[in-house]
Amino acid sequence: MSRILDLLGTIWEIGWLRGLVVGFVTLGTVMLIAAFTIWFERKWTGRMQNRPGPTERGYAGWLQIFADFFKLLQKEDLTPTAADRRLFGIVPPIVVFIVLSSLAVVPYVPQGPAADASVGVLFALAISSLMVFPVWTAGWSSNNKWALLGAMRAVAQSISYEIPLVLSALVPVVLAGSFRLTEIVEAQAGWRWFAFWPPGPGLVAFVLFYLATLAEANRIPFDIPEAESELVAGATTEYGGMKFGMFYLGEYVHTFVASSLASLLFFGGWEGPGPDGLHWMLAKALILTGSVVHVRWTLVRYRSDQLLRLCWYYFVPAALVLVFAAGLWRIFVGGVA
Amino acid sequence: MVEVAGLRLPAAITRRPRPNPYLRVEDYEPEADAMALNMGPQHPSTHGVLRLKLYLDGEICFKAVPYVGYLHRGVEKLLESRTAVQSVPYVDKNDYVSPLTGELALVMAYEALLDVEPPPRAQVLRTILMELQRIASHHLWLGTFCLDMGGALGGGSSIFLYNFRERELILDVLEELTGQRMHYNALAVGGNRHDVPPGWDVRVRAVLDRIEARLVEYEAMTLENHVFLSRTVGVGVLDPLLALEAGVGGANLRGSGVDHDLRRDAPYAAYGQVDVRIPVETAGDCYARYLVRMAEMREAIRIVRLLLDGIPEGPIGALKPPRNVNAIKLPPGEVYVGIESPRGELGTYVISDGSPTPVRVKIRPPSLHAVSLLPYLCVGATVSDIVIILGSLDPILGEVDR
Repeated sequence: MSRILDLLGTIWEIGWLRGLVVGFVTLGTVMLIAAFTIWFERKWTGRMQNRPGPTERGYAGWLQIFADFFKLLQKEDLTPTAADRRLFGIVPPIVVFIVLSSLAVVPYVPQGPAADASVGVLFALAISSLMVFPVWTAGWSSNNKWALLGAMRAVAQSISYEIPLVLSALVPVVLAGSFRLTEIVEAQAGWRWFAFWPPGPGLVAFVLFYLATLAEANRIPFDIPEAESELVAGATTEYGGMKFGMFYLGEYVHTFVASSLASLLFFGGWEGPGPDGLHWMLAKALILTGSVVHVRWTLVRYRSDQLLRLCWYYFVPAALVLVFAAGLWRIFVGGVA
Repeated sequence: MVEVAGLRLPAAITRRPRPNPYLRVEDYEPEADAMALNMGPQHPSTHGVLRLKLYLDGEICFKAVPYVGYLHRGVEKLLESRTAVQSVPYVDKNDYVSPLTGELALVMAYEALLDVEPPPRAQVLRTILMELQRIASHHLWLGTFCLDMGGALGGGSSIFLYNFRERELILDVLEELTGQRMHYNALAVGGNRHDVPPGWDVRVRAVLDRIEARLVEYEAMTLENHVFLSRTVGVGVLDPLLALEAGVGGANLRGSGVDHDLRRDAPYAAYGQVDVRIPVETAGDCYARYLVRMAEMREAIRIVRLLLDGIPEGPIGALKPPRNVNAIKLPPGEVYVGIESPRGELGTYVISDGSPTPVRVKIRPPSLHAVSLLPYLCVGATVSDIVIILGSLDPILGEVDR
């Protein structure tokens, strides 16, 4: 027993090995959480809509996600004849790669993430903004007009909402004076969560961040690129089987990672009543993920031009003002010259 | 209000510029940006098998061509080879969302040919059935309309399922009466096929109370929802002149300000006994059509309650139950009967030469006229708006194609 602990201690000492282990554990956990988010969403919306949701497989249908997974695995791997075969096939793994790689810098415990980068916030946001490329490639390589329309909408929307997303994430960065996510959480220690302290800009920035996240993750009311009642299934129209499954999983992982980022930036990460730690971080991220689910099944969706108008007329100016206000606070109240 | 050819129109009509539905794609500038997109016949939101060929510039449509006929079953020909006793179930399948109105239009045409007047009890029961059917039909419309707007995987499907929950209540009382949930076959020439079971009116009242309470919830989910308003207000504006020229009816016509409803202007069944209040909106957009349909549901609830108060006693049929299919012989002559279905004026035109089966039966479906508006309303709209416009017109493709 002691030898195993010694071995683990040795591994912990070696930085890259520790990063590898932490990274793999995070990946596995988050993918499992994403899968159970799907189950939760189905049960929760079932309750919202006066129906039971999945009930058959396992207690309250919790094994349904595995049944779905194996069903998707068994499906025939179809590629349309007119599609660009190579591009079409390479997109789903890229989607999964992109959404998972931002996890490298997202800490869930005070000890830090796999790679506690000094530009953690920037890295996470930059990686998630790469999502434009696979979505556009999916729409283009499918050689389908619905997919093309969906991809065009997705590009317009992602590029627009990148700006309020990054600007609203800048507010905690300015307040904490660091891009490193662990330091941002430490700056909120003692219940000075940026959503509530300083009063005002932090909370509005959180709302902006949340809405921009909905838009980035293509969730209702901003799920215009998918818009299944208009565009059949948007950019992913031609995808089936496990290729579709990767898009699907990517969407949920993306939502969870964005919720984790929001709780790190605005809600003090792992801080909470009683002992600090992983449980508070997970609870906050899960509550935010649940709220995304709830909003999705409550609202109808905007039209794409209304969505872009919302972004450029309201969100971007508001985010700029917020960053400015945060800077003023930092100089005059925060005591930093 | 001004009176034009017996129709009450809003005093100030602004004639909107009409797009040219026959625009040749080669004449469109810049032609290079044009993309032809086939929407349907298999598409989540074309309400059946409607095929719309859209010519898009970016995402703005500059020409839309509807193609109908994918659901053609030859119902008119079928009716021409069936006797009056046999033919009622066939029209159930035309407008499968409100089958009873289709039955009434056919049965009333045959009754007019035969010069038979159904007894008062049958008339009142028919009127109650029509209004219950109107509520059920509008429920399904509201559900699918929100489904078009909010998606099958979103808030739209929540409203959709809530509406199905309430529609289910009406289907239950209709099932109790007729034994069927969709294709009722409830009417016969000369009267009704089924008399109401004991206690039925009490259960109908309970259903109406529940629906009335739930309508408030729907309005909370839609009228207080910024997203819903920004998707419907000012979208798909239909001016009254175009509506009249296209011959649409129902909420599509009354949403554009034309105060016309056959239930009041040419009462049939027992509509003469009640004061039918007709909701009219003047904006002509999807939102106005929504408001009219919501008001019509409330009005239908009121009418049913009024009629339930005084169902006259007596027989439910003027003719004795037919022994065989040839029991009812249509006299020579021709007749047109129009009734107000949830979608507008549903007409039946019958020519008979005295033979066992009619020579010609023509059904005038209101949905076909609504679909004929699409080349005008879709131009200048985005694909998202086209889905909403189509949903707000509420066409039923079984009725369009017959």
